[in-house]
Amino acid sequence: MIWGIWGTISPQKFFPGPIAIIQAFIETWIGPAFTADVVPSVVRLVVGIVVSILVGIVAGTVIGLVRWLRELLEPTLEFFRAVPPPVLVPILMLVFGPGDATRVIVIVAGAVWPVLLNTIEGVRSTDSVMTETARSYALTRVERLRYLVLPSASPRIMAGVRQSLSVALILMVISEMFNNSSGLGYRITYFQTNYLIAEMWSGILLLGLMGILLAAIFGFVERRVLRWYHGIKEVERA
Amino acid sequence: MPETLLKVEKLKKVYESSTGSVEAIGDISFEMRRGELVCIVGPSGCGKTTLLKCIAGLLAPTSGVIELDGQPVTSPPPNMALVFQEYGRSLYPWLTVRGNVELPLKHKKLSKQERAQLVDDALLAVGLDHAGNSYPWQLSGGMQQRVAIARAVAYQPEVLIMDEPFAAVDAQTRADLEDLVRQLHRDRGMSLLFVTHDIDESVYLGERVIVLSKSPTWVQEDLPIDLAPERDQITTRALPRFTELRTHVYEQIQRAKRGEAVRPTA
Repeated sequence: MIWGIWGTISPQKFFPGPIAIIQAFIETWIGPAFTADVVPSVVRLVVGIVVSILVGIVAGTVIGLVRWLRELLEPTLEFFRAVPPPVLVPILMLVFGPGDATRVIVIVAGAVWPVLLNTIEGVRSTDSVMTETARSYALTRVERLRYLVLPSASPRIMAGVRQSLSVALILMVISEMFNNSSGLGYRITYFQTNYLIAEMWSGILLLGLMGILLAAIFGFVERRVLRWYHGIKEVERA
Repeated sequence: MPETLLKVEKLKKVYESSTGSVEAIGDISFEMRRGELVCIVGPSGCGKTTLLKCIAGLLAPTSGVIELDGQPVTSPPPNMALVFQEYGRSLYPWLTVRGNVELPLKHKKLSKQERAQLVDDALLAVGLDHAGNSYPWQLSGGMQQRVAIARAVAYQPEVLIMDEPFAAVDAQTRADLEDLVRQLHRDRGMSLLFVTHDIDESVYLGERVIVLSKSPTWVQEDLPIDLAPERDQITTRALPRFTELRTHVYEQIQRAKRGEAVRPTA
């Protein structure tokens, strides 16, 4: 409200009022731009997230279960995690060339780490008594993975996924800012360089909304997967 | 079928570490017949858990032989079930009570109905037929341990091994669970090896009590418990014979603690 009134009284070039932004939002994003920019971005984002989660969980489980592999790889993994992913964008662009595959690789290159490292940690910290129980009842390898290792690591894995989502969104935008002709990141940069300020803000608004939507979907899945975990926490609090 | 179900012969376990080796078990030998209920007591830190893990095939002994049904135990045998002291860490919190009981049956070659039948039967035996769809963490400690017992019962083992299973529950629950164990032994003819540090419990439950020495452990005494098979928390515990036996075991444990008992040289 205050922002609306203030924006109307003293209009500023770089900080348009809310009504201007909402108008720009409707004009910019509802229509052809939806299929031209929003859909490609969302597809890249979703593919990037899915690949990150799958690669992170599979590789993390293997590394977490095999001790020598873990000891071999852990320092290297910490190094790659510490590198801010955006600096990799130009290198990856050079190596893989511009294109959708590269953009997905950029997202994965940044978003895979939280899932991977959390999965390793989660798999490794499986309770010793639970493991002995599985051994004494001669559970098969697959059963142990399905009913013991993965569920017991799932709270850590979900914490990793949560971090990965925000990293993936950031990298989607950044990957589209380099020589591209479609996507949200490209469009927002275009508006910015062409002084289409209200349109630029409306793009940022759209990114924010996408972030909220991602968080909502994550929350929904997390509540189902970790129902037992939240149940225990509730019992402990009571 | 051979009369002897479990045979432990000259078992020795030495833990090797960089700071030196610790001899946990010196020389343990005993036998257990089919359908027997044997209790093992000993002073704290006498290697009871080490002994159990060796028998269960979870830990490789340094030397000696363990045979179950004439087969040497080198890995967890399929005809043995284990109930741990830490019920909270032995049940899987992401599975329901039913799921936990059913899990070890999944790779046994059973039809769905047979499996469900075994689970129902085991839950009924421990008095938890109404709680199948609950999660373990929604139940009290005593009930959680009943779930662990049901899981072992459904597995239909030749021998059930219990490692201080009631050490973490309150006294009243404990008495109920002791009677449940007696009942499973009596009604189903289950062979049970029950490890405890509670002298009264060992005398009340057992047909035989094996008293262990302090570490490095050997069998200090193998005592038959000549109480009637029908036991009751009030009347049995009030019997003069019960008091005699528990006093005897108590004295043995005290001697074990002081290291007075002399290890026989064989």
